[in-house]
Amino acid sequence: MESLSALTIHEAAIHLKKKKISSCELTRSVLDRIAKLEDKIGAYITVAAESAIAQAKSADERISRGDITGMTGIPIAVKDLICTRGISTTCGSKILEHFNPPYDATVIRKLKESGAVILGKLNMDEFAMGSSTEYSAFKITRNPWDQSCIPGGSSGGAAAAVSADMCLGALGSDTGGSIRQPASHCGVVGMKPTYGRVSRYGLVAFASSLDQIGPITKCVRDNAILMSTIAGHDPYDSTSVPMAVPDFCRSLDEDLKGLVIGVPKEYESSEGLDPEVSSAFRAAVRTLEAMGAECVEISLPHTAYAVAAYYVIAPSEASSNLARYDGVKYGFRDQEAKDLLKMYKRSRSLGFGAEVKRRIIIGTYSLSSGYYDAYYKKASQVRTLIIEDYRKAFQMCRIILSPVAPTPAFKIGEKVEDPLTMYLSDVFTLSANLAGIPGISIPCGFSTQGLPIGLQFLGNHFEEEEVLRAAYHFEKASEFHLKKPKI
Amino acid sequence: MKISKDEVLRVAELARLELKQDEVMTLSEKIGKVLEYIALLNQVDTTGIFPTTHAIDLNNAFREDKEGEHLEQKDVFSNAPESENGHFAVPKIIKI
Repeated sequence: MESLSALTIHEAAIHLKKKKISSCELTRSVLDRIAKLEDKIGAYITVAAESAIAQAKSADERISRGDITGMTGIPIAVKDLICTRGISTTCGSKILEHFNPPYDATVIRKLKESGAVILGKLNMDEFAMGSSTEYSAFKITRNPWDQSCIPGGSSGGAAAAVSADMCLGALGSDTGGSIRQPASHCGVVGMKPTYGRVSRYGLVAFASSLDQIGPITKCVRDNAILMSTIAGHDPYDSTSVPMAVPDFCRSLDEDLKGLVIGVPKEYESSEGLDPEVSSAFRAAVRTLEAMGAECVEISLPHTAYAVAAYYVIAPSEASSNLARYDGVKYGFRDQEAKDLLKMYKRSRSLGFGAEVKRRIIIGTYSLSSGYYDAYYKKASQVRTLIIEDYRKAFQMCRIILSPVAPTPAFKIGEKVEDPLTMYLSDVFTLSANLAGIPGISIPCGFSTQGLPIGLQFLGNHFEEEEVLRAAYHFEKASEFHLKKPKI
Repeated sequence: MKISKDEVLRVAELARLELKQDEVMTLSEKIGKVLEYIALLNQVDTTGIFPTTHAIDLNNAFREDKEGEHLEQKDVFSNAPESENGHFAVPKIIKI
């Protein structure tokens, strides 16, 4: 039965609809796969087997009544920073180790309404701060393609689980590339939607002006299906945008003739770009041209400042968001402390890991009296210039194409002691968060070591349909997504 | 740009973090490197540029002021390290 776990969402949905398989069979097959591989891969923080089977049973009942959506009975896993009622939500942190949310995030409510099955919660860098999942307080996640390598991060558990068929699809979150970069490293498809497209209600906040929830899947069509399920305005998130949600599968098949794709000239000369990534990227440009797209050179002149601006803005917002972990309302409390101030300090100091403390200190420093203008204000002004770069670029083209990560997955332990090098690996992804635009990572080749390489399609605000369509055609022509890791 | 150990301690106090000696050492070194890199921003002329805090135009999200569904009190307190009679309890802060 294990082979069922290898199905994509849209394939499984067809089998379920035709009653060739049941959701219980499908869910058990994936749970078996998890049981077999979890020791090797380390993708899950919590496996909720019992509730998953119960949900699969109700999905089967729903299907037998003819009440079926594209997600009914499909087993999905969720990054462990999206609140799930009754299943602990740790955020990869000791400070939330025993946090059991009393409510569901809006995306979880939508998944449940569609009849999806929630398998469990996926490993991540603590509070989503990291690019390798090595900063999880609980475990290391290994790349299914090479277990000595990181899966990327911070949604590393999600990308690894999708790649290893330990779920049919997953939800991650992306603040600076945390969906797209691990998707790239694990050879799967990951989308960061436009800021405001998907409700953040119930998403544990890292940097509120940058965070977005998005799907990680085995193929582009599955990504479109999950996007259609989770997107939409939510009165509980005042930054979610009151706009109609299209059926993201609708225009996938329209061909690419006449589509103008911009290739930023700054990226080719980007320092640290691996030659294999660069040649896979150039080959991808040729593939798209052969399909009728027109590739033009564009310029994003402030690219060189994006990482610096991001590593002021994101930690500043984080230091403010993480002030809530004070040992009073939820989360870890140090019981030894006898006075309130000591209790705050000790609870936070024992509860947070090293990287989180580092970012809280950077953020607090940037926002503190006397430094605000030089850091936070300056970075926010540079952010305006970066947004302006994209606005101008999208007058020249409909899609912007770039690599996702400058190198394939690196070795576990290689960068863990060197935060700055780790931050620099986000160079191609984080400006999309600063600008609020959507982006997708899909497989575009393999290194000589056999590690996946990703390709990023960026679109203008709310142009997910266009991004998905371009990615879908590339995927169909290249078929890199069909290759599976040998575990 | 470096950040001194005293500065790290000052900021840690603001952030309500209690750091060990060796943490102060590594933080001052590693954050120093990050701040040095961030100084790159000084190369950009931002005169007259408006700072962006949100990439998407946002309007105030108003709603009717009416009763909605809310968490039950027991659910609100279900994760509290300590609670008493419908309140969050903390160590004593007033000396009698």
